[in-house]
Amino acid sequence: MSVLIFADNHNGKFPKSSFEAVSYGAELANTLGTDAVVITCGNIQGDGGLGNAGAAKVLHVASANTSDSQQMTRLIVAAAQKLGANVVIFSHDISGKLIAPRVAARMDAALVPGATSIPGNDFVVKKNVFSGKAIAEVAMNTSNKVISVLPNSVGIKNTGAVASVEAFTADPGAPGLKIKEVKAENKDGEIPLPEAELVVSGGRGMKGPEHWGPIEELAKILGAATACSRPVSDIGWRPHHEHVGQTGITIRPNLYIAVGISGAIQHLAGVNGSKTIVVVNKDPEAPFFKAADYGIIGDAFEVMPKLIEAAKKFKASN
Amino acid sequence: MKILVCISKAPDTTSKIAFNEGNSKFDETGVQFIVNPYDEWYALVRALELKETIGGTVTIVSVGGADYEPIIRKALAIGADDAVRIDAAESDSLYVAKQIAAYAKGKGFDIIFCGKETINYNGSVVPGMIAELLDMPYIALAHKLDIAGNTATVEREIPGGEEIVELNTPFVVSAAKGMAEQRIPNMRGIMAARTKPLTVETAIAAEASTTIKTYSLPPAKSGCKYIDAENAGDLIRLLHEEAKAL
Ligand SMILES: Cc1cc2nc3c(=O)[nH]c(=O)nc-3n(C[C@H](O)[C@H](O)[C@H](O)COP(=O)(O)OP(=O)(O)OC[C@H]3O[C@@H](n4cnc5c(N)ncnc54)[C@H](O)[C@@H]3O)c2cc1C
Ligand SMILES: Nc1ncnc2c1ncn2[C@@H]1O[C@H](COP(=O)(O)O)[C@@H](O)[C@H]1O
Repeated sequence: MSVLIFADNHNGKFPKSSFEAVSYGAELANTLGTDAVVITCGNIQGDGGLGNAGAAKVLHVASANTSDSQQMTRLIVAAAQKLGANVVIFSHDISGKLIAPRVAARMDAALVPGATSIPGNDFVVKKNVFSGKAIAEVAMNTSNKVISVLPNSVGIKNTGAVASVEAFTADPGAPGLKIKEVKAENKDGEIPLPEAELVVSGGRGMKGPEHWGPIEELAKILGAATACSRPVSDIGWRPHHEHVGQTGITIRPNLYIAVGISGAIQHLAGVNGSKTIVVVNKDPEAPFFKAADYGIIGDAFEVMPKLIEAAKKFKASN
Repeated sequence: MKILVCISKAPDTTSKIAFNEGNSKFDETGVQFIVNPYDEWYALVRALELKETIGGTVTIVSVGGADYEPIIRKALAIGADDAVRIDAAESDSLYVAKQIAAYAKGKGFDIIFCGKETINYNGSVVPGMIAELLDMPYIALAHKLDIAGNTATVEREIPGGEEIVELNTPFVVSAAKGMAEQRIPNMRGIMAARTKPLTVETAIAAEASTTIKTYSLPPAKSGCKYIDAENAGDLIRLLHEEAKAL
């Protein structure tokens, strides 16, 4: 019966979120007493490291338009049918959000989006709700099941194994759309925010776009991505894709450093899954301190140079 | 252009999150409900802008009980033409998608707009399910949409950048930030909304595919450790040694 996992790659490179989904599926397959089979598309090298993350077998689709959710759905459901898989796993990343709901509807399957726990035989899965302010345990009532795994919530296996790779084809049907243009937003070496482990973020307390130097410098030294609060992107100090929170993007890095951000509940909704939160704010009453692990009460323009200095020393000796 | 906008109801972003009935239900005591921000600010407003430039109609659809009506009236006040409430408890994403798909089928909608996600369930799934049930193309998390004739040009976020796709109507799209700017309803809109048609349809028979068994609150932070601003550099050491974050 197998557990089928869709693992997206970008020009042959698998992001961390794809490996997490594979390891999640492998663990679940283990519980169910079956094997984990991965479906992936495009140009990959060998098994792409998927075996090491827990895949027993890789179904490789030589060419497919992964932006076309209709075609991807037909391919993935055809693979599930061929394997007799009634459980399909995705990452709850951009491609999972696009494709998983369609696959669930096509299989008349329950879907738990953004799962944070691996279920047992009972298929009760945890997910964050109310923008991270609560956790729900969701029971899946159908025989077919689809789960998308919240990035950064499960570990990646390191089995040392290599998976067999098998070509897979099925009729994807007519295309639903055409890609006209792809624009790379991140300059070379810049870390895309949704995948970043470390994030340095600035708010209105930074006073203006001309003062972002220290935020960018600290981020660069640490190898972190940069983010901002909503007003900062609304007034155009920073690009929209950096806006985190209720109405921007949700991130769950290992470390979130917030500088000059008050910590409004809508901002917290996008960052409260971060493992460690640092707040730099000159106002001791700033609500963000209540959600912080480490706090520095002080003027950002005096504190940041000290942090940059210390980060440089740390990087030089580690 | 015939546009359908799917509107859901969400607790105000500052609501206190608490549960009752053995932690199985959201405690609505004292909670203010709003139109889900993504549906209102981005999906509905872009739909209205399209109507204003190329003509057509904007219809609201919601799956929910009578308590949805103030939310639907708000969407009408912002400028939608008419609304349909499918009378059912919104128990589950697949259930909601089946209701909306059954309603929309055969009615000739050119675009079905949804929000990126509901801020209470955070699913990001209802629009994709509607698209599959109606066998229409789907663009998830779009931040720009223009239309010429029956061809739309849509921009969406992809890992490390963005992508511009072209497709023909009909299709389903979920709207993220950038799609439009929030509109505040004016007095005239609010008055007009009172008399705009709001029809109630009965739900089709369908099972809930999921059930929420219990809710819990995330473990509280153990408290904030303060570092003196003069010795701010100590933070880096603590992040490395203590928090293991570096
Ligand atoms: C429905 C809704 C959705 C929203 N969605 C979002 C969202 O997704 N994301 C989001 O961020 N916001 C969102 N907001 C807005 C949110 O409520 C806050 O207004 C916003 O987060 C405040 O941004 P800020 O902290 O940068 O600015 P402010 O609230 O102005 O805070 C600036 C902070 O900087 C501090 N400061 C000032 N000068 C210095 C200095 N020299 N050194 C150190 N600290 C200094 C101040 O003490 C203050 O705490 C939303 C609001 C609503 C109503
Ligand atoms: N009960 C509902 N009625 C109408 N539309 C809904 C409902 N629930 C969700 N939607 C739409 O689907 C989008 C995504 O919801 P979700 O999948 O729950 O995150 C929302 O932004 C709405 O546009």
